[in-house]
Parts: sequence; structure tokens; C-alpha cells
Amino acid sequence: MIAQQLANGLFLGAVYALFAVGYTLVFGVLDILNLAHAAIFMVAAFATWSLVKAGVPLPLAFLAATFLAGVIGIALDRIAFAPLRRRNAGTLVPLISSIGMAIIIGAIARGIYGVDERHFKLALIDAPPFHLGPLTFTAVELAIFGSAIVLMLVLSYVLRATPLGRQIRAVAEDRVAAQLLGVDLERTIAATFFIASSLGGAAGILTALQYNSVTIDMGGSIELKGLAVIILGGMGSITGAVVGGFVIGAVETLAIALNLSEWRDALAFGVMFLILIVRPTGLFGKRALRTA
Amino acid sequence: MNVLASFYAQHSKLIDQIGINALLALSLSICMQAGQLALAQAAFMGIAAYVSAILSLTYGWPLLASILAAVLVSTVVGGVLALPVRRLRGIFLAIATIGFGEIVRVFANNLGITGGAEGISGIPPDATTPVIYAALVLTALALALLSRTKFALAIALVREDENAARGVGIDVGFVRFVTLAIGGAIAGLAGALYAHSAFFITPGDFGFGRMEQILVWCVIGGVTSPLGAALGAALLTILPEAIRFLADYRDVTNGVILLVVILFAPQGLAGFWRRARAVRM
Repeated sequence: MIAQQLANGLFLGAVYALFAVGYTLVFGVLDILNLAHAAIFMVAAFATWSLVKAGVPLPLAFLAATFLAGVIGIALDRIAFAPLRRRNAGTLVPLISSIGMAIIIGAIARGIYGVDERHFKLALIDAPPFHLGPLTFTAVELAIFGSAIVLMLVLSYVLRATPLGRQIRAVAEDRVAAQLLGVDLERTIAATFFIASSLGGAAGILTALQYNSVTIDMGGSIELKGLAVIILGGMGSITGAVVGGFVIGAVETLAIALNLSEWRDALAFGVMFLILIVRPTGLFGKRALRTA
Repeated sequence: MNVLASFYAQHSKLIDQIGINALLALSLSICMQAGQLALAQAAFMGIAAYVSAILSLTYGWPLLASILAAVLVSTVVGGVLALPVRRLRGIFLAIATIGFGEIVRVFANNLGITGGAEGISGIPPDATTPVIYAALVLTALALALLSRTKFALAIALVREDENAARGVGIDVGFVRFVTLAIGGAIAGLAGALYAHSAFFITPGDFGFGRMEQILVWCVIGGVTSPLGAALGAALLTILPEAIRFLADYRDVTNGVILLVVILFAPQGLAGFWRRARAVRM
């Protein structure tokens, strides 16, 4: 029973981690808390649903919707953050403009899709579950876990071993110095937003598949839960976001196993509050992005 | 007179909302004036709403007594919250207080006394328009008096330069404690009035969505200007009603207006009557 719950915690944690990695990447590079991240999470899920409904195979729909999420991320930066960057607006003002963008994205999606819940009609979802010893997995759960891990490995590779990754880390370290060394600041930030938003979008698609449900307010819960994850891991730390995602996932599923299901959000935010008070840099601190 | 009476009859709900929302904006404004991006106002509001609702319904307390008790509780909560978060600044303070708000919401959702997710209904709707506006005027007067004291200077200095404030002997922790407690008091007042004008309350009324709204009012009004914050709340409460004819595009319009103000009027409404001054948060 506990083993099964821990396994469930892994699936939940993988999606939390994927969402939080994008959240924390933007914070690490720009010191911005992007509250529109959850709106992109939702849009990508709807885009996938539409594509699948139009007959596009799921893997292709997944890729197209993640790409769309990335493009929306770039647009988000150009509209809401780039003008503020030019006048050094601090951290509060970008936070508000990200709320504005979240309202706009949410309102457009509501205009198109309304408030009804959507479901996928997919063979993958109806596939019989696997058994591994005492544990049971569905095909969807394995697909979710696999895609989340692959995406995070790709991100880790891009940040660690490519010129773009080096530029992103340089900008995170010191924006001015990076520019002096010839890094194209705006291009690097656009790439950061593309990567972060496509990962957030992927997390939304996987969440929608996991629960076989797409709704207009599906981002509401993970928006704040993602905060708990990135605080636990340390703001700006990619490794921290991954570890934090799995820890919060495990805490929540354990709470369910202990019949504390209704209190699980309080547990997650309680952990977050304690971490902020005791160790505001979280488990991995901010420096981890620079060495990711 | 007839015109006024029918206008009021038609819009009394909205007019009451404006008063309550202005109080909420003032509550956040006092914290922001001390440089604290403390986003627990919705939680303070909720705690007070529940306290006053329970006192009136279960214990039969009169309106004024239940409001005063609720304000007392939310003031204490604000002050107590200031202690653990005393070392947090900027976005970290914001996140910690958002977390506090979520924890309060989970409690409201699960405790027996708060009626769980269904909340509490049947609260006597005795917070009438005069009561709400009396509370708003008294609060504004109290804040105006506060702004003439030396303590107001201490608040401003803590916002602009904490080290300088320490250098001239200001107890920064105390300033943060007092402003958060005052914030708790004003948000609590708004919450108690809300409970007594809304008939029923649920945990969802006091969640992050509400907090976002309050933050937006404050920023649209001008971060450190109480008058701006209250006007921001009033304008943005009226706006959705005024553009009702846009129907489905109403929310898009809301978001666009918010963005336009942020991008093109960084001082918010206060910028219109105040010389441009760098606001660093």
C-alpha cells in the first residue's frame, strides 16, 4: 500500500518537477516570478486536446503543443517583461504584469473553450495496467513519467553542454558581464522563455493525460504548488526544482495514504513556509543553476 | 432625490463592494509602504470574516461587537505572522505569506466550525452601506493621522533604505511588526464587513485569486500611496460592471488595462498627482 503510494508519488512528482523546472529557470535567469506559467500549462493541454480531436497522433500533438507553449512564452516576455527590463522595474512590477498576462491568456482560452471539462479519447488511456510485484501502473502513468524524465534530461544537457546553455547560465550569473562578453541578452532571454514555457506546457499536457481532464482552471492548483516546489529546492535551482517536485509529490501521496488527503495542501505549504523561515535558499540555493 | 435613490437601489451591492475593496487595498498599502510585499490580506480577511460570522450566528453577538472581536483576532494574526517572516524580503516574503494564506484556506476548508467547503450561510446582512462607509472613513482618518506622526517617516525610511533606517536607530523589526498588524486589522475589518454584507462565505472567497486582486488594485493605484490604492480598488471594482457590454471580452479587457497601466504608467494612478519618483520594491 505504502509502496504503491510512493510509486504514485513519483508520477505526481515528475509532473510537479517538470512544471517547476520552467518556473525556477525564469526566476534563476531573470529574478522574475512568472505567474503566467500556469496559464501556459493550461493552454498547452487545450491545444493538445484540440489536435488529438482533429485526428493528430498524440506524440505529434504533444510536440506541437509544447512548441506552441514555447512560442507563447516568447510572446509573454516580449509583451510583459521586456519593456520593464529596459527601465529596471524591480521584481514587483513584472509580477503584476505576469498576472495581467495570465488574466489575458485565461480569458482568451475561456472565450474559445468555455468552462466545460474536456476528456481525451485515446487508446493509451484505456490500455490495461501493468503489474510489477505488488505495484500497479497504467500505461499513461509510465508515458508521463518517461516523458517528464526525458525532457528534464534534455534540459540538463542543453544547460550543461551547449553554447546556448552556457549563455543562459552566464546571463543568470551576471547579466552585465555576460553582455560584455558578447552574449546576446535578448536572444538568450527569449530562448530561456521558450524552454521554460514549453516545459510548463508539457507538464500541463501530462497532467491532462494523467487525470484525463482538461479544464480552464487546471493551472490554479499547480501555480501555487509549484511555488512550494521551487522554494523547497531553492529559487533558481534546476536540480532543486526536480528534487523538490519529487519530495512534494511524495509528501502529498503519503498524506493520502495516511488519510490526510484534505490536508495535503496545508502540508506542502507548511513545508514551504518552514523552509523559507529556516533556510530561505532551499535545499540547493540559487547557485545551482550556474553549475547545472 | 428620486434619481439618486433609484441609482442606489440599482447599484447598492456594487457600492458596498467598493467600500470593502478600498479597505482591502488600504490594508495592503500600509504593508507596502514599509516595503513589505506581504500577501496575506486575503487570509486576514477570511479569518475575520469567519470569526465575525460565527460570533453573530452561533453566539448571537451584535454586529459591532462581532466586528471588533474579528478585527482584534486578525490584528493579532498579522502581528504574530510578522515574527517568523521578519528576515524575509521581496519575493520571498511574498511567497511565504502566499503559503500562509493557502494554509488558512485549507483549514477553513476542513474545520467543522467553518462549515468546510460549503462555508457559512445565513449571516445577518446588517453591514449596510452607511456602516461600511463609516468604517472606511474612520480607517482613512486613522491612516491620515498616522501619516502625520514620526512613525510614518520611520515606515518610509524602512521602505527606501533599511540600513539607513537602522543607522538612525529605527527598530526595523518593530516597524514591520506594527505595519503588518495594522494591515491585519484593516483587512480584518473588511472581512467582517464582507461577511455581514455577503450573506454567505466560503473558503474560496479568501483564496489567492482575491489576493491577486488586492495586489493589482494597489499597484494600479500606486504602490505606496494609500489614496491611490483605494482609488485603484474603486476603479477596478467598477470597471468590470462598466464594460459589461463587452461580454466575453470583458476579462481580456481587464488584463489589457492592467498591462497598459503597468507598462505605461509605472507610478499608477498616484503618478498623476505625484511627481515621478523611483519606487523600488
